Amino acid sequence: MNGQSIFFSGEMLEPLPSGALYWLSNDMLVVSDLHLGKSERLARLGGALLPPYETTETLTRLAADIDRTRAKTVLCLGDSFDDAAAAASLEASHRATIAALQAGRHWIWVEGNHDPGPNDLGGTHLGEHKCAPFVFRHIAKTPCEVGEISGHYHPKARVRAASRPCFLVDSRRLMLPAYGCYTGGLKWTAPALRNLFEDQATAYLTGRRVLAVPVPRAA
Amino acid sequence: MPKLPGKFKDWFEARGWSVHPHQLEIAERAAEPSLLLIAPTGGGKTLAGFLPTLAELASGEHRGLHTLYISPLKALAADIRRNLGTPIADMGLPIRVEDRTGDTSVTRKKRQRADPPHILLTTPESLALLLTYEDAPGMFSGLSRVIVDEIHALAESKRGDQLMLCLAELQAMAPDLRRVGLSATVEDPDAIARFLARHPDPCPILKADPGPLPQIAMLETEELPPWSGGGGKYAIPRVLEEVRNHKTTLIFHNTRAQAEIFFHNLWLANDEGLPIGIHHGSLSREQRERVEAAMVRGELRAIVATGSLDLGIDWGDVDLVIQIGAPKNVKRLVQRIGRANHTYNAPSKALVVPANRFEVVECVAALEAVRASDLDGDPRGPGPRDVLCQHILIRACRGPFEAAEVFETFRTVGGFFDLEREEFDACLDMVATGGYALRAYDRWQRLKKRDDGRWELRDPRAAQQIRMNVGTIADTDTLKVRLKNRMGGKPLGEIEEGFAASLTPGDTFLIGGQVVRYEGLQEMTVQVTRRADRPPKIATFMGTKFATSTQLSARMLRIFRERDFSSLPKHTADWLRLQEQYSKLPEADRLLVESFPHDGRQHTCVYGFAGRNAMQTLGLLVTERMEKAGYEPLGFVSTDYAVLIWGLNQVPDPAPLFDGDNLREAFETWLRGNAVMKRTFRASATIAGFLERNWGHKRRSGRQASFSSDILYETLLKYDPDHLLLAITRDEALKGLVDFGRIEEMLTRTAGRVDHVILDRVTPLAAPLLLEVGKVPVIGAGRERLLEEETERLMSAAGLGKVQG
Repeated sequence: MNGQSIFFSGEMLEPLPSGALYWLSNDMLVVSDLHLGKSERLARLGGALLPPYETTETLTRLAADIDRTRAKTVLCLGDSFDDAAAAASLEASHRATIAALQAGRHWIWVEGNHDPGPNDLGGTHLGEHKCAPFVFRHIAKTPCEVGEISGHYHPKARVRAASRPCFLVDSRRLMLPAYGCYTGGLKWTAPALRNLFEDQATAYLTGRRVLAVPVPRAA
Repeated sequence: MPKLPGKFKDWFEARGWSVHPHQLEIAERAAEPSLLLIAPTGGGKTLAGFLPTLAELASGEHRGLHTLYISPLKALAADIRRNLGTPIADMGLPIRVEDRTGDTSVTRKKRQRADPPHILLTTPESLALLLTYEDAPGMFSGLSRVIVDEIHALAESKRGDQLMLCLAELQAMAPDLRRVGLSATVEDPDAIARFLARHPDPCPILKADPGPLPQIAMLETEELPPWSGGGGKYAIPRVLEEVRNHKTTLIFHNTRAQAEIFFHNLWLANDEGLPIGIHHGSLSREQRERVEAAMVRGELRAIVATGSLDLGIDWGDVDLVIQIGAPKNVKRLVQRIGRANHTYNAPSKALVVPANRFEVVECVAALEAVRASDLDGDPRGPGPRDVLCQHILIRACRGPFEAAEVFETFRTVGGFFDLEREEFDACLDMVATGGYALRAYDRWQRLKKRDDGRWELRDPRAAQQIRMNVGTIADTDTLKVRLKNRMGGKPLGEIEEGFAASLTPGDTFLIGGQVVRYEGLQEMTVQVTRRADRPPKIATFMGTKFATSTQLSARMLRIFRERDFSSLPKHTADWLRLQEQYSKLPEADRLLVESFPHDGRQHTCVYGFAGRNAMQTLGLLVTERMEKAGYEPLGFVSTDYAVLIWGLNQVPDPAPLFDGDNLREAFETWLRGNAVMKRTFRASATIAGFLERNWGHKRRSGRQASFSSDILYETLLKYDPDHLLLAITRDEALKGLVDFGRIEEMLTRTAGRVDHVILDRVTPLAAPLLLEVGKVPVIGAGRERLLEEETERLMSAAGLGKVQG
C-alpha cells in the first residue's frame, strides 16, 4: 500500500499509517486499544466532559482501513472499550456501525485489562488468540514465545521533535500502537516498555506515511 | 472609625520615622468602600495599607477574620508576616497574623478555616481555593478589609480576573467589605481603580509623592553595540566597572536565557571575584532563597535577574539598576528603576544598555519617555470567559446556587459588567453539560438543575477534582534538574521538557550560572553533574519575550521623522543617515518595503514596527500569500521592528500583500491550524475545567500518558466547530502571542500607503536582520520529507539500510 512492510516470524505484515496492522497472507486486519466510550466513562466518573466525538472518529478510521484492505478477518487486540459499562452504553448508531463492519467477515475481540469478559456485540470473544505462527494477546508476556503480537502500552516514538504513535518490533515480539482517538502514549525509551525488547529493535512510526527507525536504548 | 491612636504616633517617633502624608490620608479615609494608593517603591506602601487594620484591631474587640491581604507572590506574604510582627510586638497589639499559601501545611490550613486569624495573608489562588469550601461564608462574614498588594501586576493577567471574581463573592458574603489597592506607578491609574472597585462604584485614588525624577542614562561603552542579537555581552567590562563603583547593583535582563548567558560571561570576566548572584523564576526555591538571604545581609555586590525580582521584596541598599537590552515597555523600565535606592525621596540611579543598533534608538526613545513620565500599557479587555467558567465550578463546590444571583455577583466585576445573561448562561451550560452540539451527557452532567431551580454538583465527590484545578497560571511542561549523587541530589532548577528531550548524555547547559553535564533522566528528573568539559548548550526557558510597546514604537518612528539624531550616539546617527542616503527611513503613516538581492536570494524587508509577536504573525501571513502568488518564499526572520523575507523571486508590487481584507481572510484560515491556537486551547480548556491540570505530570515510567490536548482541539474543530470553548480560545489567542491587534493598528496608520524601494544590494537598516537568529523556514510538504530523511539516515547509520521491504 505505501511500500513499508515488516518481515516477522516468517510472515509479511504491513503496518498502516493509521496504526492498524495488516497480515497479508491471512487477510487479517489487527487494531489495538480502541478505547471506545472513553469520554462517556470519564464523564460518568465525575471528571471533565470531553468532546463526545472520539467513538465516531475511531470507528470512521477503522471503517476506512477495512474498506481499503477488504480484510476477511478483523482482530481487536484488547481495550477495545474503555470499560464494560462503556461497551454496554454504546450509542445505537455506533452499534449499527460496528454491526455493519462485522457483516460478511470474521471478527475477534481479544480481551484487555479495560474490557475483560464478553460484550454483547457480535463476533468471537477470546482471552488470547493463537494463529500460527502468531499468538495475539493484549499484554506482552515475559518471557514470551516467538511470534507474540500485543498492544496495551501505547508505544510512542520521538524523532526530530515529532512525537508519533509507533509499532515496535524485534525478533520475538511485535507491539501495536493505540488506535483509539483519545489515547496517549508511553515513550519508546521508557524502561517498562524498552526492556521488553532486544537491543536491536525497530520502530515503525505512524503518520502520513509509515517510517522505520531504530529504537534507542532505555532512558 | 479610629484614625491613628496615640500609641501609633509614639511608635513612629520611637523609631525616628515620620508618618508619610499618604499613610495619614489612608488612615483618615479608612471608611471609603474602595481606595487605590499609588506610591513609588520604598514609600511605606504596605504599612500604609495595614495602618487602618492595626488601628481598628488595637482595641481587641474584633472576633475572627478582619483583613485579607493578597499578593501575587508567596514570598511576599511570608515577608509581610515578618514585617508586621515588629509593630504588633512593639505596641503590644492583640492581633494574630498568619499566611496561607501553597506552602502551608494541611493541618494548619484546616485550623485556619475553623479558627481564622485577624489578618490572613494569601495569594489569589489560595483565596479561590478557600471559596470552594462550604464553610467559606461563615469564615468571611465578619471580613472588614481586603488589601490587594502589587495590584498593577495582578491586573496584567488572568490572576487579576480570578481575584476580582473572588472579591465579588466575598462582598456578597460581607457587604461592608472595604477594598484597598496598592500599586506602583502606572500609566492609567483610573483603569486600576476601576479594576479594583465594585463595579460601577467610584474608587478614589491617593497618590504619594512620586519623589525626584530618576537619574537615568544610556551606558557609554568603548566597544560599539553589535548589529544584532540580544545578550549585551560587549558591555561586560563597563558593567563590571559600574558594579565596582557602586555598593549593590541589580542587573535586569528580559529573558532567563539571556540572564544565564550574561551571568556566565560576567563570571569569566570577574577577575577580582566580586560576589555576584543570579536570580530567576526557573531556579529552585533553595537557590533563590540563598541569593535573597545573601542580598539582605548585604553580601552581594550585584544580582543578575529577570522579572522574578520585579515585585515586592525589599532589597535594602541597591544603589544602581542596570537594564540590559531595550526595556520594550516604559512602565516596566520605570518600575525596575524604582528598585534602586529604596530610601524615600532619593533619586534612583539607572543605566540602560542597548543590545544592538536598533535597540540604541529604542533605548533613547525609552529614556525620553521616562523623563516625560509618559508610560505605556494596553487597556484591559472584557473579562475572560474561561475564568468565569472556573468560578461557576468554584461556586458549585460550595453548595447549590441560583444562576441569576451568581450572574449578578459576577457582574459587579468591571470586566464582566457588560456580560449578557445569554453569554453567562452559555458558560453555565458548557460547565454543566459540556455544551456540545451532540447532547451526550444528559445522564452524566457535571452540574444539574434541582427541582427548586438551583444548580448543584451531580456528584459531590467531583469537588475534590475541581479543587485540584483551581488557578489560572499556565502549567508548562518542565522537568526538575538535580545534581546527581547518592543523597538524591541538590535541586538546581527547572528546564523545559522540549529542551530536556533534545539532550543526550554528555551534553552541557547553563543553569543558575553553572555549566552542568547531562547524565540522564530518572523518575522525571534531569540528573546532571558539575563536570563541564564542553561549551554549554543554552537552556531554553518558557517565559514570554516582551514585544516593544505601541507607544515606544511610535516614539522611535518620531525620532526618524524629526531627523534630529542629536540624542543618539554618533555611530547610530551615522547608520541612520546612511539609510536615508540609500533608501528611506521608516515612517509612522507609511509602510516601507525594500527589495534587494543578497546571497543569491531575493529579499523583501517590511518595516512594520508592530512589536515582535505581531511581526512574527505578519511574517507567517505574508509568506503564505507570497507562496500562493508564486514568489516562492523560503524563509523569514522577524524583530520588534521589521520582518525580512527571502525567496526565489522578486516581489514586483508588495502593496496587494498588505491589503487589509486579504490579510484578515488569510489570518482566519491560518489561525485555526496554528500552534498558538493549540497552546491557547490547552490553557483555556484547563482553566475552564475541561482538562485536568496535573495531566502533564502523570507520566511515570510504566504508565501511558494521557493523550494530548491537541487531539481534543482537532476533534472539536472537526465535529463541533461552533463550540464555545473554541470561541474562547480564539479570543484569548488574539490577545496573546498572535497579537493581530498590532497588525490592525499598523494597517490603520499606514492605510495602504506602501513605499516600495528596489535596490541592488542590502540596505543599512536591513543588514542587521541578516544576522538575526530565529529564522523561520517556510514549509510546504517539506516537514514530512525532513522526517523521512532523518529516519533513513538513522536506519543506515544503524546498518539496517533499506529494511526488509
